[in-house]
Amino acid sequence: MTAMIDVTDANKTFTMHLQGGIELPVVSGVTFHVNPGECVVLAGPSGAGKSSILKMIFGNYRCDSGRIGIRHRGALVDLATAEPRQVLNIRRATIGYVSQFLRAVPRVATVDVVAEPLIVNGLARAEAQARAGELLHRLNIPERLWQLPPATFSGGEQQRVNIARGFISDLPILLLDEPTASLDAANRAVVVELVAEKKRQGVAMVAIVHDDEIRHLIADRIVDVTSFAAAA
Amino acid sequence: MVDQDMLENDQPLLIAESLSKSYGRITACRDVSFALYPGEVLAIVGESGSGKSTLLQLLSGQLAASGGQVSYRMRDSVTRDLATLGEAERRFLFRTDWGFVHQDPAQGLRMAVSAGANVGERLMAVGWNHYGRIRDTASDWLTRVEIDIARIDDAPRTYSGGMRQRLQIARNLVTEPRLVFMDEPTGGLDVSVQARLLDLVRNLVAELHLAVIIVTHDLAVARLLSHRVMVMKGGRVIETGLTDQVLDDPREPYTQLLVSSILPA
Repeated sequence: MTAMIDVTDANKTFTMHLQGGIELPVVSGVTFHVNPGECVVLAGPSGAGKSSILKMIFGNYRCDSGRIGIRHRGALVDLATAEPRQVLNIRRATIGYVSQFLRAVPRVATVDVVAEPLIVNGLARAEAQARAGELLHRLNIPERLWQLPPATFSGGEQQRVNIARGFISDLPILLLDEPTASLDAANRAVVVELVAEKKRQGVAMVAIVHDDEIRHLIADRIVDVTSFAAAA
Repeated sequence: MVDQDMLENDQPLLIAESLSKSYGRITACRDVSFALYPGEVLAIVGESGSGKSTLLQLLSGQLAASGGQVSYRMRDSVTRDLATLGEAERRFLFRTDWGFVHQDPAQGLRMAVSAGANVGERLMAVGWNHYGRIRDTASDWLTRVEIDIARIDDAPRTYSGGMRQRLQIARNLVTEPRLVFMDEPTGGLDVSVQARLLDLVRNLVAELHLAVIIVTHDLAVARLLSHRVMVMKGGRVIETGLTDQVLDDPREPYTQLLVSSILPA
């Protein structure tokens, strides 16, 4: 099977110029792959570099060396060396990302925050909003909140809006950073269901989940990040 | 999907090659090169005196470069060196295919004539002559920038700062330019007014597939609006890349200083 994500020997170190140039090794020798329809969970203690690896796969953090292979429209592209324009195209067409916290634009209604990724890809606004509504409904966000900006919502509500925004697109890769962290049992179950649906659609996923029960429910494979912890 | 592939293969709209500007012994801008594509938003960030406003003037042909060149792909798809354009051609470009949003709306508007005329004027400059159509289009644009139509006959000097800035944007966009230069567009506005303007600009840029070069010292503005960012210091571009990458993983000491200086909201 052809991997959707193929990370080979990726390294990342922060150089903190404002702290006298100290070097903060983050990860080194990161190597793993993810196949279509598979959910790989990154495991390891807090601070081991799990989120950093996710951000490197999304092109949010740069890679110092190594390769972040992404299958984008049938061709393997190295995200570590891709031009900004190409990274943006890859994000639009290939990689979705559910971050730990929602970063919403002020004034934008919840339903539009969720629908935006579809509109960017050319879907009609009404249809995109209808699909956003379906997802918000499944994630138990009451309809009276849909027209409000999510800034004033509770942490759990914001996270569910974030999840809806991340899951709405039909992208072949999905990165999940603690998607269930601030959710109650009912909503955690919805996320488990959504992940299972994505798998059936052949989506390749990388997730960070601290909850053992959820991890057990969604992980096809566990990659222990401790071995990549920068012994550099 | 076809559209996306076309986007990936398209040609740059504007190309800057080794642009430099010096005033006597002082170099305001040194060796700046980049390509801007249709629909792409590029933010130029840096503190006062870093050369970002000089660069904007060089790029928009308002200032002659000491070295290097700027080329622009005209509406007929021919890419031309801006320095070789005649004065009339350059003015035409400014009236049709380009917009320029100044920090101070008074610089981009005629403060004593009505809002409707401020917008309509740009249309007349490109040959529109049907009064009814001009007025309808002007009204339509005022609505798009959230200005009450009841104020169409009032002069912008009676408007608030936020309204003036929105009117300036309407005046610039009415001719459907492909490239808009913005110089600190939210600089003189209250924070609450800023958020509204940014959201408006963000939507218009996406809807009209505008290319934008925006100068700002506000990294939050860069994050919200731009795809790519160039960090300037002492007239040089010291770091450039995808906006979220440069802001979340800054490499250069100066960029790290800028990013770490943002006060948490």
